[in-house]
Amino acid sequence: MESVTCNSSHLPTTSPVGDRTHPKVQVSYGAVQTALSKALRGERLSFEDGVNLYHSPDLVELGAVANEMNSRKNGRDVFFNVNRHINPTNICALSCKFCAFSRKPGEEGAYAYSDDEIAHKARVAAESGATEVHMVGGLHPRWKLSNYTSIIRTVKETAPQLHVKAFTAVELDWLARKERKTVAEVLTELREAGLGSLPGGGAEIFTPYVREKICDTKLTGDGWLDIHRTAHSMGLRSNCTMLYGHIEDVEARIDHMMRLRALQDETAGFNVFIPLAFQPENNELGITRHTYGVDDLKTIAIGRLMLDNFRHIKSYWVMTGDRVAQTALHFGANDLDGTVVEEKIANMAGSRGGMAMAKTKILRVIRDADRIPVERSTVYEPIRRYENPAEDIIQ
Amino acid sequence: MIDASITTQKNPYALNCEKKTPQRDFEKTINQSALPMAPGFQEAPSLSEINARDALRQRIVAETERPPKVHDALMLDAIEKTTDRDLKSAYLTAFNGARLSAEQGQKLLDFGDLNLLGWLATRAKERFHPTGKVSFLLDRNINYTNICRIGCDFCAFYRRGHENDSYVLPKEEIFAKIEETVEVGGTGTLMQGGVNPHLKIEYYEDLFRSIKERYKIHLHALSVIEIEGIAQVSRLTLEETLERLKSAGLDSIPGAGAEILSDEIRLEQSPVKRHSHRWIKVMQTAHKANLPTTATMMFGALEERKHIIEHILRIREAQDETNGFYAFILWTFQGENTELAKKNPDMHPTTGAEYLRVLAVSRLMMDNIPNIQGSWVTMGPKIGQISLHYGANDMGSIMIEENVVSAAGTSYTLDGNNMVELIRRSGFVPVQRDTYYNILAEYPETKVQ
Repeated sequence: MESVTCNSSHLPTTSPVGDRTHPKVQVSYGAVQTALSKALRGERLSFEDGVNLYHSPDLVELGAVANEMNSRKNGRDVFFNVNRHINPTNICALSCKFCAFSRKPGEEGAYAYSDDEIAHKARVAAESGATEVHMVGGLHPRWKLSNYTSIIRTVKETAPQLHVKAFTAVELDWLARKERKTVAEVLTELREAGLGSLPGGGAEIFTPYVREKICDTKLTGDGWLDIHRTAHSMGLRSNCTMLYGHIEDVEARIDHMMRLRALQDETAGFNVFIPLAFQPENNELGITRHTYGVDDLKTIAIGRLMLDNFRHIKSYWVMTGDRVAQTALHFGANDLDGTVVEEKIANMAGSRGGMAMAKTKILRVIRDADRIPVERSTVYEPIRRYENPAEDIIQ
Repeated sequence: MIDASITTQKNPYALNCEKKTPQRDFEKTINQSALPMAPGFQEAPSLSEINARDALRQRIVAETERPPKVHDALMLDAIEKTTDRDLKSAYLTAFNGARLSAEQGQKLLDFGDLNLLGWLATRAKERFHPTGKVSFLLDRNINYTNICRIGCDFCAFYRRGHENDSYVLPKEEIFAKIEETVEVGGTGTLMQGGVNPHLKIEYYEDLFRSIKERYKIHLHALSVIEIEGIAQVSRLTLEETLERLKSAGLDSIPGAGAEILSDEIRLEQSPVKRHSHRWIKVMQTAHKANLPTTATMMFGALEERKHIIEHILRIREAQDETNGFYAFILWTFQGENTELAKKNPDMHPTTGAEYLRVLAVSRLMMDNIPNIQGSWVTMGPKIGQISLHYGANDMGSIMIEENVVSAAGTSYTLDGNNMVELIRRSGFVPVQRDTYYNILAEYPETKVQ
């Protein structure tokens, strides 16, 4: 056993980001095997286990174990939903270094949708069979809470059947501070307007030594988690994400996952974990390369193994492209997200995934991966299981 | 660009050295260790079978000289639990490293579990390449002419000769391209074009000789259809044509144009291209003339999975006879701008899982070809990298110029550094190779450039 050593050269970028708070993890072949056996026995993985798994060069092995853990929870079912993204504005008070989407007021390309435009998009979405609108945007300096409630009301009045999954913790925090209210008060008003659940954006990387390098003006990691804790305590479910493939190291990723796991233990309010691959165009971090395919798959697989209290792990095709997203269905993911239709944030940062995927294509991609497509609601209730391939064409 | 100073010794007999006969070793093992082969293995597990499974696990350890891994047991259990008898026997045959029949290959392609296929294909790959090295080539594609009288439906590159953008490259331009290639550390050139009815063998002989006089570079050139074209316009036999091209300096022949070797499909995709047995015949004639070749497969167009198996089988049989294929290369059909896509609007690009599935089954079926290339050119660098875990041991070429694929809408580029990083971050040691798969340089740790 001693003869096999781990070659660390295939690691994701480990830039020295300064004041690391993590002890150096001793990486070894045996530790990888221990971690995988623990996972299979249903035992909880430690920080060291997670870091070791990232160092393992055997992708097939990691995939097989993550796939096994996924199939114990979800069988061969793969979820998708028919949804539509609406980004109400790109005008933003923050300047996150990784963002290609935000504009300052008056800057070229800055926009803010009127209620009519939002109503139109919601109507189109509803007519095309969508069950959800996903709304996140910039921190518009002139928008008040009333603007946000009005956006939600507009959607709900246009198409009451649509579930509104809207506004990241970052937007909520900013609104609360602006209105001098608590987050709970803001959420109460939004929920009265029709808010159904929260998206998982804005999490980026919680670990402070990374977060301060990529988005020092943004809500802190603890702040993000607090807001989701509040939402969960009010009975609002939410998603969570992790932005990887920029300057963070493996330790920061595992640390991030563990913070999510701890909150999930407390509230069980997260629907799904969504790793987001960093998109390298138009950012201020000086990163020019897309994440590696192997890294995308490892992150899904390790997410599956670390987050033992999550039922769903999403392989978000917008970020990695549908080929890798599909392959990830064999690496522990059980959700492909949705039809999306109009994705602006990742697209402006150079994602190769495109902006929309037709339902027929989603069905084919899942079917092609030897899985059974299940259309779901935003909070993961099955709407329709496409048991028979012949049904794909009719829809 | 790439520092090729760490040169290991060149082996002129690499082709023979690489060739192994793994199945024989395994046959021996099977006979000795009374393994639970189908159909006995299908019944409810008895104590002896549980022991047998442990024996299988121990064998993995003995063969691969590595400690048992967690997923070995998981994968063996998955085989064990397979209810389809034929599929189970196909898994076991693949596990044993014995030769898969067409039916077994078909089973694996149709019903095999992707994780299991990846595991089996990695095992099969390790029999040929136990050291965890992944190779790449630095060469340049030179498309010396785009004039072609064939006009395949899936091709966006060809011109008829009267268009403004039809061309035959002047020699000076070809020299300039080769010079650039040599300057950046390139070791080969891949010259392909159309079937230009105006170019006779003298043109090629002159071109090859003048290249070889000037540059020390590997000439990997022409394709079956071009060679047939040359033979035809020059009124020569195939043997004469190949002999003359070889003595003029041709080193090896790329296996392009195989597309799918199934007459049903070939006729549909390219009505004018010759029947598939012609492709095999030209390649085998080349092998007999001591010209090694590669073999390709282009899938994801109109074929069904049975045609893929037919293709693999025909190449495997041909290889049994002449043993001249040193690599098998998988491409996926690139749809944009082609007639075929216009005629078949329902066609869709090959998905990642389908590609990896075909790749893994190819590795399992092709027990007599040492090298299998993953195609980052048609599938993108992400799937290209992942393919190294599904049976591929080579990333192909860092192509300095690739007109044909980019004309059909796919344009991924990689330079030497990116290639080295891509391979390294996949968990393998990157090595630069020449066209014959001799290792020229290793990049174990430090970054190049």
